[in-house]
Amino acid sequence: MGATVFLPQALRTDSGGVAKVDIPLGDGGTMPLGGVLDELATRHPRLARRIRDEQGRLRRYVNVFVDSDECRTLSGLDTPVTEGTEVRVLPSVAGG
Amino acid sequence: MAFLLVIGTRKGLFTARSEDRRHWEVDGPHRLDPEDYANMMGVYAVGIDPHTRRILAGSESSHFGPSVWFSDDLGATWSEPGEPPIAFPPDSDTSFARVWQFAFDDEPGVVYAGVEPHGLFRSTDGGESYEIVRALWDHPHRTDWWPGAGGAAIHTVLPRRATADGKDPHAVTVGMSTGGVYRTLDDGASWTPVNKGIGAVFLPEDSPEYGQCVHKLAVAADGTFYLQNHHGVYRTADPAAGWTSIADGLPSDFGFALVTHPRLPGTVLNFPVISQEVHLPPDYRLRVYRTDDGGGSWRSVSRGLPAEPYYSIVLRDAACTDGADVPGFYFGTRAGDVYAATDESEEWRPVTSHLPDVLCVRAVEV
Repeated sequence: MGATVFLPQALRTDSGGVAKVDIPLGDGGTMPLGGVLDELATRHPRLARRIRDEQGRLRRYVNVFVDSDECRTLSGLDTPVTEGTEVRVLPSVAGG
Repeated sequence: MAFLLVIGTRKGLFTARSEDRRHWEVDGPHRLDPEDYANMMGVYAVGIDPHTRRILAGSESSHFGPSVWFSDDLGATWSEPGEPPIAFPPDSDTSFARVWQFAFDDEPGVVYAGVEPHGLFRSTDGGESYEIVRALWDHPHRTDWWPGAGGAAIHTVLPRRATADGKDPHAVTVGMSTGGVYRTLDDGASWTPVNKGIGAVFLPEDSPEYGQCVHKLAVAADGTFYLQNHHGVYRTADPAAGWTSIADGLPSDFGFALVTHPRLPGTVLNFPVISQEVHLPPDYRLRVYRTDDGGGSWRSVSRGLPAEPYYSIVLRDAACTDGADVPGFYFGTRAGDVYAATDESEEWRPVTSHLPDVLCVRAVEV
């Protein structure tokens, strides 16, 4: 049990082709979103730099939803992630 | 002997190959990674290692950030370093935005990357990993360096160049927007502005110590430096001694690109732009200007270019030479047209057209 991070098609080269990654949350059953992304980075380092820059900040046009809410509308990378939470990484409506 | 022209655009990387430099086979956009997103990235810098023919491409995805890719088979396949190739140190509180230029040292494996924001990075493994040149980042002037309209960037790096007299292994000269020209004579431990005589029309002083908006630096066959400024075209044999204007005879002293002839010391190509307010070619005609006397006089060398009005310009790294014995010159425009002049006839021939905006070109004999 833990949280599940869902990845967009565009980033699956950097996740070894997998579409979702289960992240255990430890004994407390909760972890800040930044910690979940840190755990993701240990498994898939190249994926990590697509999502955050070298200072750990979310890239401007990458959105990370915690269940149904984009994390910037919550507490950003401090948003608590609990057991069963679905974290979705999605390119924002931008670019081109 | 064949020739390879690498073309970085706003929407991916293209290559053109030719046996005779008249007929070109264009390929692209290249798949840098197996998924689609990387193939539409802007490629703002390309470099071809003179020692190994490795191609470096500095990319920027609007969603997923910048990176560096490399090809050891002339563009057929591409790799990306496992670790972030360029990253600002944690105490800088700064994030790498994009590479503006790769520059290769005479020592094999040593590559410089001038980046945005205002960083100079050095690689010793052929461009796969880089360390910041800390003394330039820590320079007390840095807080006064502003972003130009295109960004706060070190866009020109000239390894081993300090004066026209020779190639000093301990020297590097860089150009930045804005900030001007700086150089080191002690392997990057200290940096000095060398901008005497260069104008800065957007600052209160006519010729400040630093703060100029340099658009392009180039070194000629005899080591003389040429400079295209944000208004102003200059020359010097020693940047520390000061720069001399050579803009008389050009239809505009504004522009971005500048290319020196690899064999003839006084020969330089210039690509004028109307002004800082109007980024269009003078008279709305795509024209190239050439001097053969170090800027004493300029003439249009535009045979073969479109006769009709043209509303696109050549960006700072979108012109180059292949350095061949009979050198070819190449440039691309923001309208996606690429031209080559390859036989000293001064006639331009189309390489390809209708690409996305051309940001940079590099050519080499392979």
